[in-house]
Amino acid sequence: MVKDFVRNGDVLSAAALAALGVYVFIEAWPWPYYNDDGPGPAFFPLWYGVIMVVLSLALIGTTIANLPKAETPDWQGISRAMITWGAFAISAVLMNWLGFAISFALLTFFMITYVFHKPPVMAAVVAVAASLGFYLVFPFALSTALPTGVFGF
Amino acid sequence: MDVLGGLLHGFSVALQPANLWWCFVGCFLGTVVGILPGLGPAATIALLLPLTFKMDPAGGIIMLAGIYYGAKYGGSTTSILLNIPGESSSVVTCIDGHAMAKNGRAGPALGIAAIASFVAGTVGILLLTVMAPPVAVFALQFSSPEYFALMCLGLALVVLLSGPSLIKGLMALFLGLWLTSIGTDLFSAQARFIFGQSELLGGMDFVVVAIGVFAIAEVLASVDAGDKTHMLPVPKGMRNLLPSWEELKACRFAFLNGSITGFIIGILPGAGAAISSFIAYGIEKAFSKHPEKFGTGVPEGVAAPEGANNADSGGALVPLLTLGIPGGGTTAIMLSALVLWGVRPGPLLMTESPDIFWGLVASMYIGNVVLLILNLPLVPVFAQILRLPVHVLFPIILGISLVGAYGVSGRMFDIGLLIGFGLLGYIMVKLKYPTAPLILGFVLGDAMERALRQSLTMSQGDLSILVRGWISATMLACAVLILLLPLLGRFNKARVQAIAEGG
Repeated sequence: MVKDFVRNGDVLSAAALAALGVYVFIEAWPWPYYNDDGPGPAFFPLWYGVIMVVLSLALIGTTIANLPKAETPDWQGISRAMITWGAFAISAVLMNWLGFAISFALLTFFMITYVFHKPPVMAAVVAVAASLGFYLVFPFALSTALPTGVFGF
Repeated sequence: MDVLGGLLHGFSVALQPANLWWCFVGCFLGTVVGILPGLGPAATIALLLPLTFKMDPAGGIIMLAGIYYGAKYGGSTTSILLNIPGESSSVVTCIDGHAMAKNGRAGPALGIAAIASFVAGTVGILLLTVMAPPVAVFALQFSSPEYFALMCLGLALVVLLSGPSLIKGLMALFLGLWLTSIGTDLFSAQARFIFGQSELLGGMDFVVVAIGVFAIAEVLASVDAGDKTHMLPVPKGMRNLLPSWEELKACRFAFLNGSITGFIIGILPGAGAAISSFIAYGIEKAFSKHPEKFGTGVPEGVAAPEGANNADSGGALVPLLTLGIPGGGTTAIMLSALVLWGVRPGPLLMTESPDIFWGLVASMYIGNVVLLILNLPLVPVFAQILRLPVHVLFPIILGISLVGAYGVSGRMFDIGLLIGFGLLGYIMVKLKYPTAPLILGFVLGDAMERALRQSLTMSQGDLSILVRGWISATMLACAVLILLLPLLGRFNKARVQAIAEGG
């Protein structure tokens, strides 16, 4: 019972949102609530901070009242998604040095080979073609700026 | 000059070869801009504005207006096909439009969006033609309390978008309200929740948040599903790529609803196309014989918001042209363009510059036909995007997302935010939190806070100002009613059961 409660996603997310509500309240507390010109910058955040905590407690309460048996998460699926997200984040960081074209090609290559288990040759062809396509559509045809790196593109 | 005489004069201006050409250029550019997330109509008009300085003002405003309403046509394409809303007004189209695409009805969804845009866009212009002066006078009655009530009504629709758990919907809504308050408070210059990051002083852009919680989250959830992820089905044959007669018949009320809701809300400065599309969707669901099917891919769920989104353009031009009050960012840039050409929008525009007022109105009738001709034949072409295998499509979606986020401000910081919101959206999907209320809160929260604070400043803290006027009182009563209905046990049980049956 206690294990199911702790592992329940609703309880965890409600606790996180309650913490956010408390943070909003504490952060907004020193700001003026009301001044000569009318409501101050704390007026709105203080109210929705309190409401966030109340809603979170309500969600925890309803979850306890009707506690379902904790489902075993599909860790394989979650790790696949997290690896994709991590690769996406790393490619964004690399854009500072390598620029959009190379970083995006690397991300595409990684996703096709590692996440979708396709042949590396095919992945390389798609990565180069997609990166080139983006470059032709955005900076070349539409004059839209993309992140550039040490190579100037 | 009466309305008919003015309109005939307008057609004589708009049908001149040069103006027809600028109308086509504007519509085409607008469609392209609408398809590409991050490059919105406001940015495009701002970019092209210097090119129009040497143009004839009538041709210039015809082209800029073409970009404005053309972008709204194009905005539905990526919402339906890739679940990427290019504009805030396209968020609602994602709900049923992308569900239709998943059900193998991408072509009909695009077709319905184009037809709804044409019908509602034309109705919007028709209403602009005949109702501009009297309606503008009514809109002048809207003060801060009325705007606050309007925002409350929009937010109350969270109930209709929440899914089985109302608490989760409300929590997502308040998360959106918090996110929109990040940045500098315009009343007091107080920096709020910026975590020491100067980049957050200007707040976060809608495009970054929406692409993160919709598009990136969709890709991550699909990768999570692994073998269960299949290519979205695209049926063969032109007949299957266009909406059926039954689907169009089912959308009759949605076309009307979108047209009227979009036009009325478009007139109100600051309300914007996003709220009109949300409200049209809410009305459509509330009056539907099968509300449980909304969210699973019903054509009315595409027709109503897309129609409202386009009728809004006609409405937004009412205060711009008759009062000189821009309703949003794009119309504000159009106002500055008119001023730069030496044209003064206002009650005298119709008599002082009939070429511009009536030429623009007439060109919008022509522009809507141009857009329909441009868009319907392209539906099968756009639908082919879904034939791409997922291992090619997903990196491309991530690439478009990166370009969209970077295009907002040219800062790597926005890409960092995009990554964060992508993770947030994925967590919300995994934990079955609805993402639409978060976006609704983010889009409307800022305007709502501003309206409430202005109201209380006007009344020196007296809350009764919010219900003193009949317009605000009626809208607040409707909002409260919508929020209280689920508390009635029987209603909520039926609502939850209906949503569960609808999948």
